[in-house]
Amino acid sequence: MTAIDPRAPAVADLGALRRKRGTGAALIVLAGVILLLFGDAAGDATFRLSRPRDAWVLGDLIVPALPVIQIAAALTAFLGARQFLRGGGRWTTLSLGVGLALFVMAFLVWATAGKAFSLTGMLQATMVRAVPIALGGLAATLCERVAVVNIAVEGMLLAGAFTGALMGSVIGGWGGLVSAVAVGGVFGFLLAALVVTYRMDQIIAGVVINLFVLGLTSYVSSQVFAEMRHLNNAPVFRSWKIPVLGDIPVIGPMLFDQNIFVYGALVMVAVSTYYLFHTAHGLRARAVGEHPRAADTLGIDVYRTRYIHVTLGGMVAGFGGAWFTLGSVGRFDENMTGGRGFIGLAAMIFGRWHPVGALMAALVFGFTDSLQQKLALLQTPIPSEFLAMAPYIATIVVVAGLVGRARPPAADGKPYVKD
Amino acid sequence: MDVELRGITKRFGPVIANEAVDLVAKGGEVLGLLGENGAGKSTLMNVLCGLYRPDEGEIVIDGRTVAFAGPGDAIAAGIGMVHQHFMLVPVFTVAENVVLGVEPVAALNRLDLAAARAKVREIGETYGLTVDPDARIEDLPVGVQQRVEILKVLFRSARVLIFDEPTAVLTPQEVEEFFQIVRALRDDGKAIIFITHKLMEILEIADRVSVLRAGRIVGGGDPGAMSRAELAEIMVGRPVRFEVERTAFTPGAPRLEVAGLTVLHDTGEVAVDGVSLTVHAGEVLGIAGVQGNGQTALIEAITGLRPAVTGRILFDGQDITDASPRARHAMGMAHIPEDRQRMGLVTDFTVAENMVLDSYYSDRFSNGPAMDWRAVNRWAAEAAEAFDVRTPTVFAQAGHLSGGNQQKLIVARELMRDTKLVIAAQPTRGLDVGSIEYIHARLMAARAEGDGVLIMSSELDEILSLADRIVVMFKGRIVAEFDASAAPPDKAAVGLAMAGAAP
Repeated sequence: MTAIDPRAPAVADLGALRRKRGTGAALIVLAGVILLLFGDAAGDATFRLSRPRDAWVLGDLIVPALPVIQIAAALTAFLGARQFLRGGGRWTTLSLGVGLALFVMAFLVWATAGKAFSLTGMLQATMVRAVPIALGGLAATLCERVAVVNIAVEGMLLAGAFTGALMGSVIGGWGGLVSAVAVGGVFGFLLAALVVTYRMDQIIAGVVINLFVLGLTSYVSSQVFAEMRHLNNAPVFRSWKIPVLGDIPVIGPMLFDQNIFVYGALVMVAVSTYYLFHTAHGLRARAVGEHPRAADTLGIDVYRTRYIHVTLGGMVAGFGGAWFTLGSVGRFDENMTGGRGFIGLAAMIFGRWHPVGALMAALVFGFTDSLQQKLALLQTPIPSEFLAMAPYIATIVVVAGLVGRARPPAADGKPYVKD
Repeated sequence: MDVELRGITKRFGPVIANEAVDLVAKGGEVLGLLGENGAGKSTLMNVLCGLYRPDEGEIVIDGRTVAFAGPGDAIAAGIGMVHQHFMLVPVFTVAENVVLGVEPVAALNRLDLAAARAKVREIGETYGLTVDPDARIEDLPVGVQQRVEILKVLFRSARVLIFDEPTAVLTPQEVEEFFQIVRALRDDGKAIIFITHKLMEILEIADRVSVLRAGRIVGGGDPGAMSRAELAEIMVGRPVRFEVERTAFTPGAPRLEVAGLTVLHDTGEVAVDGVSLTVHAGEVLGIAGVQGNGQTALIEAITGLRPAVTGRILFDGQDITDASPRARHAMGMAHIPEDRQRMGLVTDFTVAENMVLDSYYSDRFSNGPAMDWRAVNRWAAEAAEAFDVRTPTVFAQAGHLSGGNQQKLIVARELMRDTKLVIAAQPTRGLDVGSIEYIHARLMAARAEGDGVLIMSSELDEILSLADRIVVMFKGRIVAEFDASAAPPDKAAVGLAMAGAAP
């Protein structure tokens, strides 16, 4: 008796083949774009690796602009050709990622040609700008891991920002922070009640919360804060440099010379990763997100698990929202979150529903966000409106191109009906 | 450990699912719980394993009355259930699934997977349930997944094991291995409750049988002292004919020819890999195979619901590879789809509306641009009458009919016209004996009228009793063909082919 080969290769995976070819062609086009757009660079690009008052000072990184751009284009073209001819599998995503990174590098060199640019400063800004996105992504991850889609992250961030400013002005920074977390938790609990107990459509429930928070905070800010300025004047958490670690060149300022929101985000990502993937209760939570009925038959309370995690997610979002006011400018403006919650959702998907992945994705978005800011200073010929679009373009490219077939929790978005 | 159910009654609104049911399961014994679909077997067992609370009656374990607030309590009392649809998380490993809910933990609530693996191996060796604890569930064949379910129950120290229709998804070989495991568990002193509607299984494995009909216990005893016909009569409430009446086999010209057909899944993987087959007029071709080996995609390609990547499909010599489903239908192809609720019916529509889903556009049902509802209703009433669809009126919602009547409604819609080719996918899945009898007779009548009939079923017995010729699909290919026109082929040989071993 002979067993039949189970890996029937006959017509090889057509979808994968198309994807492979498509990626290859896209990379070759990208190489052309690099040459076409940035081929006019002249002079050297200077990247500063240290700040003037750093403990250890590294010299500047000076590169000749045009040759570097040409090399980047050549590498991208090579990757594309390789991908077209024999790539596939893991290479597809990797090549695309490397290609995009080369594109960004060529762009930076071109924009900096003949000028100087602080790399350390930008990395530090990247981290700061990634925080609300990472926290939004983490909040959404906690919810979706138990199969509740949390579109309301945006509204929860906004509620956190508002509460942080108001309560921070009244009872001080720490009080404001705790209040923001609590209000985030309240909205998380509300979302859980709507979608778990009342089985409301999860998307609609999220949109309702977003619109409600936007309307309420905008009203108070324009009607009340305009009159009583002292209610919208909160103290700001200053950065606190960790001794020694904060002095490491390049990455020290990025990771260890920041305020409580950055440290908080890093700790929360670490703790929730440990919780979700290494503890008994994390296993149960993931089971609820994947196969709630199986969890139910084993005596795990599906509803309770969802309530707890969505409320926790709301608290994380409330903390992330406080960043906008208590961690940044100390005052609340209408709709000041500006869609960061939605980008957080994209970060969650890009990060494959994993806290660390969401953080990494948030760093990519934070990078484009801070790049946009710095480039405005470098006075490139690109209109600032286009630069302001960069984070959103990055979102589209990343979610559509790089993520491919990421798999959400199997029960994601579906209410669980015990019968 | 002995478990006793005393006077259990469970209602869902006005519907009585179980009425005053008494049942005893003893350690070291296999109790067969026999009944048709909808007889209330699963409800009764869900009461026993804590998912439902009974409206009346009590559960007694070793002489003590117990009350379960939820599944957790039943598990703690030593009752474990292997559900018909496995309760496994596909992306988790075997060990993770086994320990879920009762995880061994180290400091900081850290999951102790090493302990879990060791325990899985230990239990596995005791009962001959060998499974790799680190394999992911979605990578395992169904038979192995079932072992994981059993491991899960044993890991919770269950002493009463309930199996709900455990053989529905297994190949004949897997069923044999499964029976070995059940016997090992019984000999170890476990009480086994084996739920099924298959008579042969009761005769083979049960030490005692209780028969449930319409929510009540209607009989039982020692299966060794009962014949298959006796058991069937108790279960259905009337004498049952097992043999399908068939006329002589006189095949005509080819009705359906499929050549080198390749079809992809939605994910882009190959589902059907270069399949060729022919169905002649007056012939029943049976496609056997374990579910998930490309049969569904093949049927979808033949009926026009899924594009063919390569290959050709001919119907009465005409190329229909790229023809729309409606064109195929107009040529005389009838399709009884695999999933009656999802594909066969609009469950929120009435019986009449469902009867004309395939022909609402024809002139006989329209008055200019408007529907002629009177004609529709008249015709639907006729069809329901002709095909024994038991419905209060043709205005009843299709979703409210029993499974058997839903299926007869589909058969009526598809066959109540001049057909030439009948494609039937799982035509009797989950139906009661009476409806199965009826639908089989209708399919044989189509064959006698010179239709080509293609039947896909994962029930090997169904294929064996109907088909003139049998092909077996495995991993998207046809791996074996058997002639059954004179006498049914050897069941074991077909079963081996279904498991992927070439003859």
